[in-house]
Amino acid sequence: MPAEIVILGGGVGGALTANLLAKKLPAGSARIRVVDATGQHLYQPGFLYIALDQANAGWLSRDLRSLLPENVEIIIDKVAKIDTSSRKVNLELGGALNYDYLVIATGSRPNYEGVSGLKEGAYSFYSLTEAERLREALRTFKGGTLVIGVAGMPYKCPPAPVEFAFLVEEYLRKKGVRDKTTIKFLSPLNRAFTIESASALVAPMFAKRGIELNTFVNIDTVDPSNHEVHTLEDEVYSYDLAVLVPPHSGADALLTSGITDSAGWLPTDPKTLRVEEQEDVFAIGDATNLPISKSGSTAHFEAPVIVEQIAAAVEGRVPHPKRSRYGGKVTCFLETGNHQATILVFDYDNPPKPPRPSVVWHGAKWGFNRAYWFTVPKGRGV
Amino acid sequence: MGVEATKEIDARGSFCPGPLMEMIRGIREANVGDTVAVLSKDPGSRTDIPAWIEKAKHELVAVEDEAGYTRFVARKAR
Repeated sequence: MPAEIVILGGGVGGALTANLLAKKLPAGSARIRVVDATGQHLYQPGFLYIALDQANAGWLSRDLRSLLPENVEIIIDKVAKIDTSSRKVNLELGGALNYDYLVIATGSRPNYEGVSGLKEGAYSFYSLTEAERLREALRTFKGGTLVIGVAGMPYKCPPAPVEFAFLVEEYLRKKGVRDKTTIKFLSPLNRAFTIESASALVAPMFAKRGIELNTFVNIDTVDPSNHEVHTLEDEVYSYDLAVLVPPHSGADALLTSGITDSAGWLPTDPKTLRVEEQEDVFAIGDATNLPISKSGSTAHFEAPVIVEQIAAAVEGRVPHPKRSRYGGKVTCFLETGNHQATILVFDYDNPPKPPRPSVVWHGAKWGFNRAYWFTVPKGRGV
Repeated sequence: MGVEATKEIDARGSFCPGPLMEMIRGIREANVGDTVAVLSKDPGSRTDIPAWIEKAKHELVAVEDEAGYTRFVARKAR
């Protein structure tokens, strides 16, 4: 009997895991099924460029079928419940999938309801619709106070609000309204960014570009009618345009299945990526509770670790000791505007040492953007 | 364990800025007058947590060094 492998989610983690398993496992040894709510794979880092009028939406989406080999089945449906005791996934449209190995790649989603007034009073770039809405607002923006902030942690792609600040500053300069605009960056921490070495790089660049850094600003509510952000620190920031990263949540079905922590993230072993207290259940990408970036890059480096463990189990061998352990590796570009970028490479034990921003890293980022569809989800070069 | 707290949050498995975020979340969800304790192994918490409590105008009740971790206790003041 072939092993039943079920992968929940067709984003970076899900698509890449499916591709790597299909390549690695001997023909006929496993049946691989991917459950995805839409059957579309989105390149989410592109939302930022949509908001800033640097790209079109057509570039960001592909049919999941086009990214997976024929021997991987795709089921377009939503997960209703996971029953780990009977090794079964119930689907919303009906039916259930039995599994021997389960990979949960359900990601994270923006939760606009998590902060009162956020949806009505602020813009964001965490979905295609939101990015397009922000693009229209920026096109007609004539100056005033632009507030950029984070309305809840953790959130997807930690450098994104910092990148947005740099890129929108350049955008407004080119549009001729920079001198009529005050840019305020609101950070929940006592620095610009979660990682100290990156903050040390970013803070003086903010100062040089006239981006006002406000620290320990944790957004409590947004008042859409008075255009104000109210904070847990009892401060009020008035704005003409607010761009706020929404709080994020895990998939609802995981929470109702009783396998997450109270915040909706899966308690995950940091090395093996197995969901704690569950047998043969793995978590990848944003769905985990790991204290690292929620980003496609994380999932990219996690996938081979899960694949090695499942392949070893299916083939009845001992997993490779190194290839079956995740060391926390993440690689993120950080756009700093003016056609420059830096890169953050780090793992559980080693913080990043970002190089001085340059056109080289900006070029590398755009090269990556263009190569994405041919490489990452298909597992080329992994 | 020293000072009693209304709510105890174990953030010892979390790295910076996890424990600070747990304190912020704990205070946000608490009632005025409640005390929130956060356990942290992250050295950055020693500066981050007291600095945030001061800025947010709450009260730092205790910083207790335990074996391999620190316990921060704060009272929600407003």
